Amino acid sequence: MVTATVLEAELLALAGSVPDPELPVLTLAELGVVRAVRLRSAGTAEVDLTPTYTGCPAIEAMSADIERLLHAHGVAEVTVRTVLAPAWSTDDITDEGRRKLREFGIAPPRVHRGPGPVPVTLGATRTLTTPPEPVHCPHCGSAETELLSRFSSTACKALRRCLACREPFDHFKEL
Amino acid sequence: MSATTATTAALALGDDALVLSHRLGEWAGHAPVLEEEVALANIALDLLGQARVLLSSAGDEDELAYLREERAFTNLQLVEQPNGDFAHTIARQLYFSTYQHLLYERLAAGEGEFAGLAAKAVKEVAYHRDHAEQWTLRLGDGTDVSHARMRAACEALWRFTGEMFEPVPGLDVDTDALRTAWRESVDTVLRRATLTLPEGPDSGGWAAGAGRQGLHTESFGRMLAEMQHLHRSHPGASW
Repeated sequence: MVTATVLEAELLALAGSVPDPELPVLTLAELGVVRAVRLRSAGTAEVDLTPTYTGCPAIEAMSADIERLLHAHGVAEVTVRTVLAPAWSTDDITDEGRRKLREFGIAPPRVHRGPGPVPVTLGATRTLTTPPEPVHCPHCGSAETELLSRFSSTACKALRRCLACREPFDHFKEL
Repeated sequence: MSATTATTAALALGDDALVLSHRLGEWAGHAPVLEEEVALANIALDLLGQARVLLSSAGDEDELAYLREERAFTNLQLVEQPNGDFAHTIARQLYFSTYQHLLYERLAAGEGEFAGLAAKAVKEVAYHRDHAEQWTLRLGDGTDVSHARMRAACEALWRFTGEMFEPVPGLDVDTDALRTAWRESVDTVLRRATLTLPEGPDSGGWAAGAGRQGLHTESFGRMLAEMQHLHRSHPGASW
């Protein structure tokens, strides 16, 4: 990455402070989706934003929120570019972001493993995961949880249920 | 790579994603259980996102999606096949998502036009493939009825699978190696599901590999009419 000026770093922090439209407990910086801010000239900024999923509909709301905030802080021209490469990964979510997800009732994604589905064995009526690291229930902390569906309320989440407290919960699945 | 062949490839892959996305969207309100309704809609959304990136690289995404005639679409005939029963949808998903995952893995490893998108999309498609494989196991190795339906679906769609391995101008992949990897993977899943790889021809004599040339099967025109009619009836409308 090109060395950013002090002002660019400030604008990056500002853009990163925008809350995620679908998970408002998280900021875009904690989600790891704001890649860079460049000043083209005085009052003209270009922001690089990466989508979590290629089809994530929240990206348009994110762009609009960033533009509005930078305008409000005196940047006259703001262009938000969507960049795909390098592809976003759930490993880009910060530790603070993970903590907030858990507090919000969403099990954070596990780290340091390859992306993609965790291999499962097929049970009689449902799949029980046997991953190297269990997904903990965000409510009671139990490691005894089961997968109900790989797809949930948004593309980035899977639906699970805790076998200890019986509460269903969303899991931010690894990508 | 010339601009023209890059556009040809972007349209082929973009049309695959767009058309399958629309077909999966047709399940909304009709899926067997709520979790499946959500899963199919999520898969459709991933595909729609990929289609938007690909079609935008070839021109105006809305014009390409809503204003082209049937013969201008270059999607595989496989993805336009009607949803049928749930087993047909799962067989279509198994055949296509295995192909798409293997293809995107190869494109992501290269340095071509589509490496960036492929590296992004391959992670999403891994979940689609896993979803299809899990359902194939459950239906194939399930009840007599689910086994029979899954087998019938795999057989019925088999003749549309050969087209996936026709070379596409602008896509730098070894299609023979792709076919071998695909057959191995699908064969393994079907065996585990107590099913077998269909033995009939994998393309139809009347129009082998013709989706990429703009020739489509009967139901595609009706699907397009439904997909395009709002945009065509109310040009420029927004809400």
